[in-house]
Amino acid sequence: MSNKMVGVFVVAINLVVHSAPVLAHHGTASFDDKILTLKGTVTEWVWSNPHCFLTFDVKEENGSVTHWAVETQNPTTMSQLGWTRTSFKAGEVVTLTLQGVKNGAPIGRVRTVYFADGRVLLATGVTAPDPLPAK
Amino acid sequence: MRRRFIVPVINSVAALMCSLTCSSAVMLAQTWNSSGLPRDAFQPTQAKSDPAPRRDLTGTWDAGNAGIQGTGHVAAPVTPWGEERLKDIKPGNGPRAVTEEFINDPLSIMCDPAGFPRLVLYELRPTQIVQTPNQILMLYMFEKRWRVIWTDGRELPQNPDPRWYGYSVGRWEDDYTFVVQTIGMDDRTWLDNAGNPHSADMRVEERYHRRDRDTLELTVTINDPIAYTKAWTPHDKLPLKLMPPGTDLMEMICSPTEAAAYKKLVDTQKK
Repeated sequence: MSNKMVGVFVVAINLVVHSAPVLAHHGTASFDDKILTLKGTVTEWVWSNPHCFLTFDVKEENGSVTHWAVETQNPTTMSQLGWTRTSFKAGEVVTLTLQGVKNGAPIGRVRTVYFADGRVLLATGVTAPDPLPAK
Repeated sequence: MRRRFIVPVINSVAALMCSLTCSSAVMLAQTWNSSGLPRDAFQPTQAKSDPAPRRDLTGTWDAGNAGIQGTGHVAAPVTPWGEERLKDIKPGNGPRAVTEEFINDPLSIMCDPAGFPRLVLYELRPTQIVQTPNQILMLYMFEKRWRVIWTDGRELPQNPDPRWYGYSVGRWEDDYTFVVQTIGMDDRTWLDNAGNPHSADMRVEERYHRRDRDTLELTVTINDPIAYTKAWTPHDKLPLKLMPPGTDLMEMICSPTEAAAYKKLVDTQKK
């Protein structure tokens, strides 16, 4: 898998099982414990209560595109972790680790964001970046 | 002549130095959109704080992560009335948590008011306390909401109409401990994210003990014999730290429009 590849797709499923975050506005029961790693192109970053959310497109190996929507906590909590209203730009490529929902829909809760310029953002309850799968 | 020249120069230099240092201090204190104290402010420290001022809670206070309580509290056992009420409550957290589609939390799903005491039992974010001659005002960052604690000696109302934030009176128990009694809360509200219920007859006591200049301890006791078999204490000496003067707080408001957009997005993604 080359960094220069233009295509964006699911890179792996990290089978390391982590416990669910303890803080939540809505609930933790909907989210799977498995950590997914996805690389995608940002379509929108919404800085709002009670959750901020990020939408992005992931190109699958068969060429189709899956539109994902993942949430974070509220702006107050996220700003304490270094996130801002302008953390993401539409069109930029990011790699994320996240917990998906148990029913398999492309919805989830972000854990770690890796930016192309080397920046890393951690979500609530994540004390160290989730490792990326070996290439 | 020489002296007349030197003195103004010294004064000017002193004034300049003062203006530089004083303005720097003011600039440091005057930050916009603060989300709360940094986490290390809540680490144990050897530094000794100044003594608490007498009968004074004025300032902006932050409980840090300990004030958020995302999973709710461990309540006293409920009565049969409480058991019946719980049949209609579907929380997203705590021992009775259900999955997303079944949650009916009026705050997180509908953006209803948190109400009291949920406002101090969940998302107790930075809070400014203002004292007037006959009131203490609690200005909460979460919901950008306020409460009035009457200190003019009035009694609590008899058989009051329910209110989201109830009716509160307070008195100084000693020079450093302010005690608030609140009744008349709307029983549609939950106590916390775990969906612990309450009746309209609940009485809540808050004790604010100013331990020293920089620390305020909050103890909250729930007295609701209709819903619980005994009184219980969700906050026991929860420490709140004094924030710098000039702190400007963020807004933290559950907007129905934004919540609806979030729900629509999630529903769309599920299809």
